[in-house]
Amino acid sequence: MARRILSLLKKDLLLEFRQQHSFYGILLYIASTIFVLYLSIDKPDGAIWNGLFWVIQLFICVNAVAKSFLQESRGRMLYFYSVVSPVEFIIAKIVYNVILMIGMSLMSLLLFLIFLDNPVDNSLVFVGIVILGGASISIVFTLMSAIAAKAQQNAALVAILGFPVILPQLLLLMRLSKTAFAEVFREGAVIRLVGEIAGLDVLVIVLGIILFPYLWKD
Amino acid sequence: MKKNWWKILSLLLLVYTVVGGLLMDVPRLFILNESIRNLYFHVCMWFGMMILFIVSFVYSIKYLSGFNLRNDIYAHNFAAVGTFFGILGYSTGAIWANYTWITDQSQSLGSVLKEPKLIGAAIALLIYGAYFVLRGSFTDIDKRARISAVYNIFAFAMLFPSIWIIPRLVGSLHPGAPGSESGNPALNFKDIDSRLRMVFYPAVIGWTLLGAWIATLKIRLQLIKDKTLINE
Repeated sequence: MARRILSLLKKDLLLEFRQQHSFYGILLYIASTIFVLYLSIDKPDGAIWNGLFWVIQLFICVNAVAKSFLQESRGRMLYFYSVVSPVEFIIAKIVYNVILMIGMSLMSLLLFLIFLDNPVDNSLVFVGIVILGGASISIVFTLMSAIAAKAQQNAALVAILGFPVILPQLLLLMRLSKTAFAEVFREGAVIRLVGEIAGLDVLVIVLGIILFPYLWKD
Repeated sequence: MKKNWWKILSLLLLVYTVVGGLLMDVPRLFILNESIRNLYFHVCMWFGMMILFIVSFVYSIKYLSGFNLRNDIYAHNFAAVGTFFGILGYSTGAIWANYTWITDQSQSLGSVLKEPKLIGAAIALLIYGAYFVLRGSFTDIDKRARISAVYNIFAFAMLFPSIWIIPRLVGSLHPGAPGSESGNPALNFKDIDSRLRMVFYPAVIGWTLLGAWIATLKIRLQLIKDKTLINE
């Protein structure tokens, strides 16, 4: 099982390296969005910076992760259907998207720091939060993309389905990232918030593993 | 007639709720005053919504275990009525907040409504809104039933963090926030006056039965429309 997940993962990564246009497409998307922000506002204060950052993460994720199921052609899906189980397939997709999204999040953090100043007090903590946040957002959107891929107007549907579902996580993440902006939390509150976000992630992954077999057969 | 007892019960309970709820004695607390009577309407809507969503969730699971289209129709209509109750709950809550939460005239309703509890409720309604959009985007009936059942289960699971967990963690004017020490509002016996309970519990049952009644009517209509599709 682990071997097959690994080879699926390797296939996705290889595809990403071979078809570099989509990868650079997302990078360009990140760079140009942040550049637009840089042109429209200079030196936003912490709260606005934080809000903008997470909203941009959301849009990056819609663009980066949404294609994960849409790019698989019908014939290729049929091939996967015959060689791997749905559970292996969804785990491989989730892992791949988490890796991709964490990379994109860190990239956009770097660009944010370059273009939009650095209001973050505790940078190391914020990098950790960004990794956690990137992972949580991408897990949810992997599932939403799997659902939307089954419908016709799928690209728009990812956003429609995903935005309400991601809101609880996003609210928790925005709250959590205030620790990096030197807001003092009650003792243990930070750990509890991290626990809740991680718990939600686990819930979403478990649901994905249970429900994906029903999505997958046509 | 035998099967209809619960509809009559619902009607009687609702008549009692409206008459008793508006005329019987209630405790008059500071600020809340007589507006506490909204408890019989506002809170009951959320109870009704939650119960209808649970029923819808169960039918979605049943659909996935047997692929009987009948269960999909049940799940869809219970979710639809549940969402309708949710919208009513939100608007009764907004009216209530308009009279109790606004402390000075310069405060707008919009700023008051930016409450964790209300945001959570709005998220829940948006998630179910997405469920109906998803249903609308399919032309194949079996595919629609299967995919939307999957999303319905997912939506139900996300309901818990958004309306039960997150509002409990952050301070809020709404009962049930950490500061108020009241745990679950309305369910806590110490919280709610016995005079209110006299009407409140019958009201919950009455409104929920009414919701189930509306849902069954919609389901029967849909079953007749799709008569040719459902093979028993």
